[in-house]
Amino acid sequence: MAVGPVAIRRWPGIIAATVVVALILGTLLAVGLRAEAGAGLGPADFAAIRFTVWQAFLSATLSCLIAVPVARALSRRRFAGRGLLILLLGAPFILPVIVAVMGLITVFGRNGLLNGLLGALGLPEVSIYGLHGVVLAHVFFNLPLATRLILQGWAAIPAERFRLAAQLGFGSRDTFRVLELPMLGRVLPAAWAVIFAICLSSFAVALTLGGGPRATTVELAIYQAFRFDFDLGKAALLSIVQIAMAGSAALVALKLSRLDGFGGGLDRGIRRWDGHGRGLRLADSLFIALAATFLILPLGMVVLRGIGGMADLPASVWAAAVNSIWVALVSTVLMLCFALPMAVAASGKRTVVEAVGLLGIAASPLVIGTGLFIIVNPVADPFALALPVTALVNAVMALPFALRVMIPETRDVVQDYGRLSLSLNMNGWTWLRLVLLPRIRAPLGFAAGLAAALSMGDLGVIALFADPETATLPLQMYRLMGAYRMQSAAGAALLLLALSLGLFWLFDKGGRGRAEA
Amino acid sequence: MKHLALAAGLIAATQAVADTPVLTIYTYDSFISDWGPGPAVKAAFEETCDCEVKFVGAGDGAALLSRLKLEGARSEADIVLGLDTNLTALAVESGLIAEHGQSVTVDVPNPFGEAGAWDDPHFLPYDWGYFAFVKNVDLDAPSNFKDLAESDLKIVIQDPRSSTPGLGLLMWVKTAYGDEAPEIWEGLSDNIVTVTKGWSEAYGMFLEGEADMVLSYTTSPAYHIIAEEDDSKDVAVFDEGHYMQIEVAGKLAATDQSELADKFLAFMVTDAFQSIIPTTNWMYPAVTPAEGLPKGFEALVSPEKALLIPAGEVVAKREEALAEWLSALSQ
Repeated sequence: MAVGPVAIRRWPGIIAATVVVALILGTLLAVGLRAEAGAGLGPADFAAIRFTVWQAFLSATLSCLIAVPVARALSRRRFAGRGLLILLLGAPFILPVIVAVMGLITVFGRNGLLNGLLGALGLPEVSIYGLHGVVLAHVFFNLPLATRLILQGWAAIPAERFRLAAQLGFGSRDTFRVLELPMLGRVLPAAWAVIFAICLSSFAVALTLGGGPRATTVELAIYQAFRFDFDLGKAALLSIVQIAMAGSAALVALKLSRLDGFGGGLDRGIRRWDGHGRGLRLADSLFIALAATFLILPLGMVVLRGIGGMADLPASVWAAAVNSIWVALVSTVLMLCFALPMAVAASGKRTVVEAVGLLGIAASPLVIGTGLFIIVNPVADPFALALPVTALVNAVMALPFALRVMIPETRDVVQDYGRLSLSLNMNGWTWLRLVLLPRIRAPLGFAAGLAAALSMGDLGVIALFADPETATLPLQMYRLMGAYRMQSAAGAALLLLALSLGLFWLFDKGGRGRAEA
Repeated sequence: MKHLALAAGLIAATQAVADTPVLTIYTYDSFISDWGPGPAVKAAFEETCDCEVKFVGAGDGAALLSRLKLEGARSEADIVLGLDTNLTALAVESGLIAEHGQSVTVDVPNPFGEAGAWDDPHFLPYDWGYFAFVKNVDLDAPSNFKDLAESDLKIVIQDPRSSTPGLGLLMWVKTAYGDEAPEIWEGLSDNIVTVTKGWSEAYGMFLEGEADMVLSYTTSPAYHIIAEEDDSKDVAVFDEGHYMQIEVAGKLAATDQSELADKFLAFMVTDAFQSIIPTTNWMYPAVTPAEGLPKGFEALVSPEKALLIPAGEVVAKREEALAEWLSALSQ
């Protein structure tokens, strides 16, 4: 458990973490300092805090619980289309909120497929609107992420362990107890914390599917403080509450997660000998089929609705798509500049570095954007910087996912090869190039794919800095909707989905190379 | 960041060297999109002004006001375009808006005085509309909020905390029913499918068939008639009257292009600007152009009674109305 002398330097990671903290707290401070004396938190705000925590807790817990059997099934079964399914698992997570909500509504809404089916069978209508709808949507968004994170945990168990388990005659239950349970203990708490943090800053999803002001979240309260009351102090205060909630959840979860790995293996392709029973096969197939249906149906509806609008997309949508691709690529590079050193620095016991990474997702985009605006405005024209600023903020927002994906394997590399590297006097770039990078290639590719796709799909701070020429694809899609052009907007959404998935696939595939995920 | 700041500074500097004056107009985002009035307005004004028009988009009307307050007197803006009468008092209170000093006759219903009179010394109107529930033509529509509350019809509305139409609906019910507003909201609570962040989500949900009616404008069917040749949408006419939205523009007190800004405000109420509005912003022009309204607008219903809260009373009323709305719908 103790991390011995290893040939790595922590200071680049600590510098990167400091920059992230400075960005988040600096913008918060800028907003807070700009505030005039305003109202403190009232009963409505405390109600919003309670609701926010509760729905985030339910969403994160349910996403993780469902993800375990799905990931387990995917990890021990091989079937045609498995790679494609794993790729598509990334899709809901990277969709712009409004597109995903519309997709969900076409399946689960009053006029959706599900109610159509129930109506045909003579059964009563079900309503998606309410706390269950909020949780359903958040599970739709985050189940894939949880599945991928857990699947990665499975892939990190060296093939030799499964081989040994098979030789010892382990059945499915023993394999679970001896190999899989410790792995889950390592992977689950941190995955839970990331999803909890995402759900904390939910706003449009919670409001729309929550069915009204009962489903008021902290982010909505921040929005209200900003634009309804222009009470910047309160906005900053609420943002601190949000960050504190995510930060403490992260610290607790990371403390709970076990840090020791399985030790090194020979990087063989994994084969499984457990799980041959008919019941197990059936159960696994069922889990995969259910999860795939749940995730792919709404996506299919997004595609169907979009095809009609694809044909006559205005030229400005294509121009915006080019902008978005640039922002996504720059944002990915920036994210890696933060994430790689931070992952190395976090490879010891320093969970605080990872907790810092999580703050990016918990911070309100509205507060970060406004803070940056206040900081940039006196020295430069914020509108000239719209795209670079968007790329930077997107990079910080993607950081928690990237860290969660990269830290476990980086930690294994440091613990398993640290001493050997040191004895060979290998350090710095050589170590990075020969030891670390080849071994974390898969998580690196996955993290880069997530960052690129997230940046493509996120409306982000560009909405606060927009001028007519510099729009990103999500912004252009919102503009189409705002101009009644729902069909073209659906076309733009499909283009966005295709581009996001394409980027995600390129990076993810590049990372996995020949190896099986 | 330093290099970027430097680059941005250089760009700004080259702009300053060129001697065409630049008129910076802050507005809401949908105004400047390719499908909004922005591009045509820019072209039309630049033909006459020997200047360059620079539009800057900032979310919607309320976000626009927040942006102005955030920037204060340092703002680059010469004109703010896109506040409505629910926001003008707050804007004037901030001291950021100069008086326009122009007198105009407008074609905007005036619930408080003489028809055609416009007496706001800070802001001039450029378009207006009535809030209304949009529905399919074949739906048997209720004729007021009480009917709606008693019906089984489902509606989608916007949150007044994050959306301009949402705030409009809040004021509509408050103006029509006063102290009775909480009961109206309680009655409506089982008709409301959900509350969305903005107009686009709600309208999209309505088109997907999630609700029978959606809060929008009496002019919304014009889009479907003119742009899509689809006359399947109309609005429910309510006999308590319809709340109005009047969109206005004003000159910033701290502008360095005062004369140009005055010229723009005067241009705003001429035909060249006003004829762009109906089929880009899908609202009524504040001054009907000489050639009249585009074909398709004649099919729209005109409510008999226009409701509006005087700008000065909005702030007090909206706090009260929001509290009532929250408590009625949070149960």
